[in-house]
Amino acid sequence: MSIDLARTVVGAELSERSLRGFVLGLPGVDAVGLEQRAAALATRSIKTSSKRRALDTIVSLIDLTTLEGADTPGKVRSLAAKAVLPDPSDAGCPQVAAVCVYGDMVPYAVEALGAAHAGAGGSINVAAVATAFPSGRASLRVKLADTADAVAAGADEIDMVIDRGAFLSGRYSEVFDEIVAVKEACRRGDGTSAHLKVILETGELSTYDNVRRASWLAILAGADFIKTSTGKVSPAATLPVTLLMLEVVRDWHRLTGELVGVKPAGGIRSSKDAVRYLVTVAETAGERWLDPHLFRFGASSLLNDVLLQRQKLASGHYSGADYVTID
Amino acid sequence: MTRLAVPKTYKLFIGGAFPRSESGRTYEVLAANGTFLANAAKASRKDARDAVVAARKAVVGWSGATAYNRGQVLYRVAELLEGRRAQFVEEVRASEGLSAKDAAAQVDDAIDTWVWYAGWADKYAQVAGNANPVAGPFFNISVPEPTGVVAAIAPQGGSSLLGLVAVMAPALVSGNAVVVVADEAHPLSAISLTEVLATSDVPGGVVNVLTGSAVEIAPWLASHSDVNALDLTGAEELDWVDLQIAAAETLKRVLPPTGGAIETRSLERITAFTETKTVWHTKSMR
Repeated sequence: MSIDLARTVVGAELSERSLRGFVLGLPGVDAVGLEQRAAALATRSIKTSSKRRALDTIVSLIDLTTLEGADTPGKVRSLAAKAVLPDPSDAGCPQVAAVCVYGDMVPYAVEALGAAHAGAGGSINVAAVATAFPSGRASLRVKLADTADAVAAGADEIDMVIDRGAFLSGRYSEVFDEIVAVKEACRRGDGTSAHLKVILETGELSTYDNVRRASWLAILAGADFIKTSTGKVSPAATLPVTLLMLEVVRDWHRLTGELVGVKPAGGIRSSKDAVRYLVTVAETAGERWLDPHLFRFGASSLLNDVLLQRQKLASGHYSGADYVTID
Repeated sequence: MTRLAVPKTYKLFIGGAFPRSESGRTYEVLAANGTFLANAAKASRKDARDAVVAARKAVVGWSGATAYNRGQVLYRVAELLEGRRAQFVEEVRASEGLSAKDAAAQVDDAIDTWVWYAGWADKYAQVAGNANPVAGPFFNISVPEPTGVVAAIAPQGGSSLLGLVAVMAPALVSGNAVVVVADEAHPLSAISLTEVLATSDVPGGVVNVLTGSAVEIAPWLASHSDVNALDLTGAEELDWVDLQIAAAETLKRVLPPTGGAIETRSLERITAFTETKTVWHTKSMR
């Protein structure tokens, strides 16, 4: 169905030629205007009760992430415990949206979340990175097996990486076909499907024009979310890039009525930064997007900073790292 | 030819950098005779917060350096102070209205005090630590370790350089990182000291100096959960009992005002901001 939609938007049968024509036909990005717009949105001051609400919203939008080579089942369990109860000193603190782990850690995450897992009546999803994350350098066969394996293990969301090499070489249909194939691999036996987040790795795409092209390509291929980065490449998420991706999502919604999410990931460490993203989302795509189904932060240390700010608002004095868990 | 006067607007010293106050505020520093000396930044609670963050980052490296190395780094600061002696004498003289002789005596005392403390860096542990006799086949050893982030109020209203050195140096010796609120009325020597520290080998963030109102900033430092100790030596004129109560909420180590003249060279000032770690180590029965 989404392929039909893509065909309608592109205005032709989907082929190497038509996709290239569509992607290269997208208007160029006004880089100066984009950065100025992002900088202007970042100056918005959010205080007191609005700040309180913003902090709670940020917590509920976080994909609490651990993607290290040194990850263990124990690390994933403690991450899951933190996802369920971010601030043990405040039962009113909302839960995070999801935990994001490597594929082999999915069973441990599902088990540790228990009743809090979305599959068991809770609200926390388990997201798994797949398709040879973070480089994406593996054969399609391996990528599909990686994805299917994570879905079978109980992942609710799959974070895939696009083939940046193919994209930068201009082989757009190859990128497109791969996303379509991975989307297919997200299907479960019962006909439902794991949500697919497509990582563009904007830090490797060089230009804003490429970010816009890759965003359209991913959405056309059926992405449920477009995500900025793996977190392994610098620069990771930046405000202008996220703003640009939000504009694509907004345009897609206007064109087709379909809702696609955005997930900035990597490098967002302070509450102040995160609030700037919220402002950008509300002013670009609309407040409707301030929802875990349509916007996420891929982060690990951000949560602790938000908790410190919440504690400051609650107690009236500054809090310290001794009062939140060690990641 | 007459030269144009160059009035200065000084900034804060946080994390090894010289930022303006986040609030954008400044205040006029006046000489003892009421003439204008300079503008200083008036720190806000958010500057204090930033200073604590910088200090926290710096604790690991500074406390992890060897005692000998810390002593060398601090001694190097004394060398730089000596090189700027004339400037300090002039600032103390103009600001506090002292005679040139009295000002020079204070600066000399401050530099000597700094050297005195620098010398203790690799020696105080031998005095404050101990090998404890225990009834069992164990070595039992107590060693002092730095408390962590120390917030200090420098003595207010006179002896601006000596007072500052007397609260700052002893905390640094053992490996603490400090956030100091300088003498509000006489901040110039504190500011010049930060310029010395910035060009010395003391890592950024180990010393953070806030100029402005101690009355305004002290409560935020006292209640801050990430501050481990509070030196109220200079808080005589402040409501320091309330500060102590606020500090107790997060179990801070507190050094209250002594009520008299501050003892500038004192081993107790070093050990006030250390924690004793005792280790048991097995040894053979014979």
